Amino acid sequence: MVDQSLVGRTFPPSETYVVTRERVAAFAAATGTPWDEADPAPATFPIVVAFAAMRGLMDDPSVGIELRRVVHGEQRFAYERPVVVGDELTATLTVDTVRSLGGADVIGTTSAVTDADGALVCSAKATLVHSAGEGA
Amino acid sequence: MSTLEPGTDLPPQEYVVTRADLVAYAAASGDDNPIHQDEEIARAVGLPGVIAHGMYTLALAARAVQEWAGGPGRVEQVGAKFTKPVVVPAGDEGTTVRVAGTVKSVADGRATLALTVTCGEDKVLGMPTAVLRV
Repeated sequence: MVDQSLVGRTFPPSETYVVTRERVAAFAAATGTPWDEADPAPATFPIVVAFAAMRGLMDDPSVGIELRRVVHGEQRFAYERPVVVGDELTATLTVDTVRSLGGADVIGTTSAVTDADGALVCSAKATLVHSAGEGA
Repeated sequence: MSTLEPGTDLPPQEYVVTRADLVAYAAASGDDNPIHQDEEIARAVGLPGVIAHGMYTLALAARAVQEWAGGPGRVEQVGAKFTKPVVVPAGDEGTTVRVAGTVKSVADGRATLALTVTCGEDKVLGMPTAVLRV
């Protein structure tokens, strides 16, 4: 079980992620999204930064989450502005809710994705479903 | 997008997804969970086979929204629940994800879209929504 005391906890920011032309091109190509160098990144691109913040949560031994038991249940983005090449982004994750549902912990999180000036670029809300362990 | 009105059906988009796409997406996104690449591991954890990353399917939904918007950079919100897996068979044929959309409302320079994202008969995203600047 994940402890209720996790609610409201904010984790250290992810490492700075530099948005390069190559990284956006690879993401656009993998998803088939039409993209030109002058374009902003595809809408879901900030997941790469938000994902790093989620890994930070899951890798923290005090949290008690096992990565292999985690399923990504929901993801929603709200953008202040599009991501562009040259951005230097970090994501800071806060745990909003912890609920128990059918033997699983349902953990609601918000990652604030900010730029080099500290301005919010997008807010990425993720729900992580952590199934109960059986000692395996 | 200026002609969008509530109730407008947007032209459905169909996208083929192959395992090669998932390998490319794993590299591009950093999500290298092997259930998205390795048949044996996927089956060992009880899945019917290799499945697409939920975020891959959401990226396809966002791709359709970008298409309807007439270009990138106009999405203010996008999101969904990952309700059913998209199973991706081996080979070049892959599987097909279909993204349909309807304009729910237009107000204050924003259009709210209701999406329906399916693979075969299954709705693979739950409550998929998007908000665009128009």
